[in-house]
Amino acid sequence: MPKIRRVFVANRGEIAVRIIRACRDLGIQTVQAYSEADANSLPVRLADEAVCVGVAASKHSYLNHAALIGAAKASGADAIHPGYGFLSENADFAELCEAAELVYIGAQSSVIRLMGDKAAARRLAAETGVPISHGSEDPLDNPERAAEIANRIGYPILVKAAAGGGGRGMRIVTTAADLRDSVERASMEAAAAFGSGAVYIEKYLHPVRHVEVQVLGDGKRVVHLGERDCTIQRRHQKLVEESPSSALTPGLRRRITESAVALASRVGYRSAGTIEYIVDEARQEFFFIEMNTRIQVEHPVTEMLTGLDLVALQIRIAAGEPLPFEQSQIRFTGHAIECRINAEDPERGFLPQPGTLTEYSAPSGPGVRVDSHAFPGYSLPPQYDSLIAKLIVLGTDREEARARMQRALREFHIVGVPTTVKFHQRLMAEPDFVTGNVHTRYLKDTMWAGHPAQKML
Amino acid sequence: MADTTICSEIAGTVWKVFVEVGDAVEADVPLLLLESMKMEIPVVSSDPGVVVEIFVAVGDSVAQGSPVLSIRC
Repeated sequence: MPKIRRVFVANRGEIAVRIIRACRDLGIQTVQAYSEADANSLPVRLADEAVCVGVAASKHSYLNHAALIGAAKASGADAIHPGYGFLSENADFAELCEAAELVYIGAQSSVIRLMGDKAAARRLAAETGVPISHGSEDPLDNPERAAEIANRIGYPILVKAAAGGGGRGMRIVTTAADLRDSVERASMEAAAAFGSGAVYIEKYLHPVRHVEVQVLGDGKRVVHLGERDCTIQRRHQKLVEESPSSALTPGLRRRITESAVALASRVGYRSAGTIEYIVDEARQEFFFIEMNTRIQVEHPVTEMLTGLDLVALQIRIAAGEPLPFEQSQIRFTGHAIECRINAEDPERGFLPQPGTLTEYSAPSGPGVRVDSHAFPGYSLPPQYDSLIAKLIVLGTDREEARARMQRALREFHIVGVPTTVKFHQRLMAEPDFVTGNVHTRYLKDTMWAGHPAQKML
Repeated sequence: MADTTICSEIAGTVWKVFVEVGDAVEADVPLLLLESMKMEIPVVSSDPGVVVEIFVAVGDSVAQGSPVLSIRC
């Protein structure tokens, strides 16, 4: 493996800034890809060089394989970091990078492909001894088979797109009468959105928590970096992440992290990855959902607890270095919480709203970290996601972390677009959140109970 | 029988249109999907009715508050 000297950043926003920072810490140069909508963005200003790769629409810029690889080669980069979203879990793109002799900073293309097929990943998890919820082993080929499985495991069930993931392409079915129609619709939607109409069935469990385990591998050895609790969601999208999870007893934590290491080891995992589970707190059981073969939005939560730089480690591993530590050398100190500050209006069901940040001032102080690409005068383009900033705090325990989050949220000053700041302030003070009495539908069923926008969550 | 114009709650792009003029639609069922900031935002009718006119097509940009379709309830 060659040493990496110049990294091409094939992403945008805060994660592009994050990658540039890691590179600079390692003495590596950066080339930032950008679309016409991002010409004045922070990563473009921060990188050593920036190259326009296309128009605003992602399809023609951040998702354009040929334009990105062409620009990377022309700029003299020797490696590509895909960030999250966009092409970060696209096996074809990873293969094209390798073929173009660009080091792909991420998992092996074969592993990305395997885990991208959610039904195949589920099967592999089961073979590895990782608990999976009841459901179909293979993608469904006909509605009769779907009915048979659904009747066996009992309603409600989830119909999921095999090529989906991250909460996209999934439907809850509560009665047998709706099954045929739901499977057909889910399949059609999956075909339109992901290019494959394959769907499978899982038992729908409720109430549950969403817990994920961070793993790191060098292709030979895998360690885990603890869990993150991502239970607070709207529309199956995360809003708050924290670690450690109050849903895990020490015994359950040991079992869930061991299962994550077993699954990642089974595929000889290289780079940073995340294995997602649902946790039935009452029964102290956990079930595999999917593996994300990329850096995760909420990775700073783990960085705060461990003092490690996950993006720098991804780069060093991609350059051929072995994992620089043993499992027993990893220390977890304190409690970390992340709040996603999005340009969304919680009062209107978290509808996103692009616009210009006429005023922007981020908090700081002890135990506070802000990962953001925002600045006063920055315009959030309508073509990309609504994330303005990730606010992460570390405390010696959960109460200190929660108090610090309250303090930091109070200092966060954003004018020009609606944001989730006030919502997070309210959430941090909710008695149920304080005691950890939450589940994945907590926002919709409890906090937004009776609210006109409840149905939208 | 009154025609109700349904307007977009957000600025975004029309991603999918599920209905055609003349279709009978139920309440709270997505009629079309808008896309904004990588989120799918369904447009629904609060009452059942028949689609009278569709003002937008897939790929169109819509402003917040602009009419997307009308329903005869």
